[in-house]
Amino acid sequence: MRGAWTIVGYAFAESLRRRVVVVVLALTVAFLALYALGVHFAFQEVERSGLVFAELVEERALVGGTLLGLAMFAVLFLGAVLVVFLTNGIVRGDAESGLLQPLVVRPVGRGTMLVARYLGAAAAGVAYVLVVYLLAVLATSALGDWSPGNPLASGLALALGVAVVAALSVLASVQLAATAQGICVFMLFGAGLVGGLLGQIGEALGSGTLERIAEVASVALPFEALYQYGLHLLTESTSGLTEVVIRLGPFGGAEDRGPGLVVYAVLYAAVVLALAVALFRRRDL
Amino acid sequence: MPAAFRVTELRKRYGRLEALRGVSLEVAPGEVVGLLGPNGAGKSTLAKIAAGLVRPTAGSAEVAGHPAGSAGARAAVGYLAELFRFPAWMGADELLRLHQRLAGSDGGARERVELLELVGLGHAARVRVGEMSKGMQQRLGIAQALIGSPRLLLLDEPTSALDPAGRRVVRELLEDVRGRGIAVLLSSHLLGEVERVCDSVAILFAGEVVARGRPAELARPRGVEIETDAGVRVVEGAGREDVPRLVEEAVARGERVYAVRPLQSTLEDAYLEAVGEEPR
Repeated sequence: MRGAWTIVGYAFAESLRRRVVVVVLALTVAFLALYALGVHFAFQEVERSGLVFAELVEERALVGGTLLGLAMFAVLFLGAVLVVFLTNGIVRGDAESGLLQPLVVRPVGRGTMLVARYLGAAAAGVAYVLVVYLLAVLATSALGDWSPGNPLASGLALALGVAVVAALSVLASVQLAATAQGICVFMLFGAGLVGGLLGQIGEALGSGTLERIAEVASVALPFEALYQYGLHLLTESTSGLTEVVIRLGPFGGAEDRGPGLVVYAVLYAAVVLALAVALFRRRDL
Repeated sequence: MPAAFRVTELRKRYGRLEALRGVSLEVAPGEVVGLLGPNGAGKSTLAKIAAGLVRPTAGSAEVAGHPAGSAGARAAVGYLAELFRFPAWMGADELLRLHQRLAGSDGGARERVELLELVGLGHAARVRVGEMSKGMQQRLGIAQALIGSPRLLLLDEPTSALDPAGRRVVRELLEDVRGRGIAVLLSSHLLGEVERVCDSVAILFAGEVVARGRPAELARPRGVEIETDAGVRVVEGAGREDVPRLVEEAVARGERVYAVRPLQSTLEDAYLEAVGEEPR
């Protein structure tokens, strides 16, 4: 156990010294400042001019929900970037540069080492997503006087999505060199998002094939399904035309996938991690 | 007490390449064994199997009585790879502290100070790895490998980046390590270094041990050179014990003997013979 905590501490110290954390914090501050500015002017505009069909919808819910949905996507992306950088090259990349061997020969063991690196990165990613997302919720509430129905649950779904991306990145690090690992994980991330978009298009066109493709993509890459579930939790309190209009925007992908998805995603991450450990144990260094 | 390191009929295959072909070798506790051989002979693979970094294809490998790669074996091993890197942002003391935690060593600050002094880096405890020369990093690597007083120290080309002064530090360090009862498997191309510090030598060629013994045993007599007024000649196959007879015979022939010198082959000659090249 002591060895595992040592590895977590080492990984954290490494990310601090490599300025990953500093860069991410600086970019996050910039993002939150831009978001707050956007929320301020959007609500100011609604206050001053109103919406064309203002009498038919809840204006604040529509504007606040749309902006927060965009923020959710941005936070998911930033969280994915963070965990990919935190897990970049931790096996094959470090082995090729000679950084890994002095650590692996120690009694701590390969499995413990990899799980500790994952937990460190996933914990950082989850904390990051929750904090940034909740700050975006607070900004929306303070500047627009609108709060979503279930902000914590949607934030947790989003955070779990980032933990799944971290598990995929750890698996990729066992087989691929650092650059290839980064490219691979971001392409998977993109593929997941495209799968979700195909589902929306399929739903709009009534195409069962596209919807099935999206379904398969959400099973293979469940972070997208978690994002859609988070969107659903965010807007479940809206109804009527407001809900319809919101779903035409970035919330088009909102899906009520139920708590079974959360269980599936946790198992998925565990299986991916177990596979990574098994491959790492067999790997000659 | 079990051998510090024992391999029996060890084989390792990387795809179509057979890096080790039935190697059997034993390193006794406190013994310093030099591992010699050309590039690709299998030296690094053998050290990596001992360190648990590479899994053998067949045969057995044990470290201090534990199967190589097991937690017990890893706890008994200190390892410095030929190609290694430490995080550039870490200070020397910080790096040793990290390895103390990973090795479960309770030596504390005293162990760290002692090891840095031992490798001649006592002044550099706070110097970052990124600010160190390659030679300093190599010495820090040796200190790192000695954390927790391992039973077996695996050094793969530990003097490759060192200047003569640095090599002397490593030689003295190996004497010190031997005094502590730590066995050493030293892989090197520097035959002079190996001859000076190692109790015995194993020569690997194409994945097999082609010669094994003490440096003096491997360095066999090459004849006796006699200089007389008739000229200089070498009596092949003769040894030191033949010198009185050879001198008597020369005198009996009426020659005046000016010098007699038994010729001894060097470890280099033995090495070149073992790997199939003619000594010059």
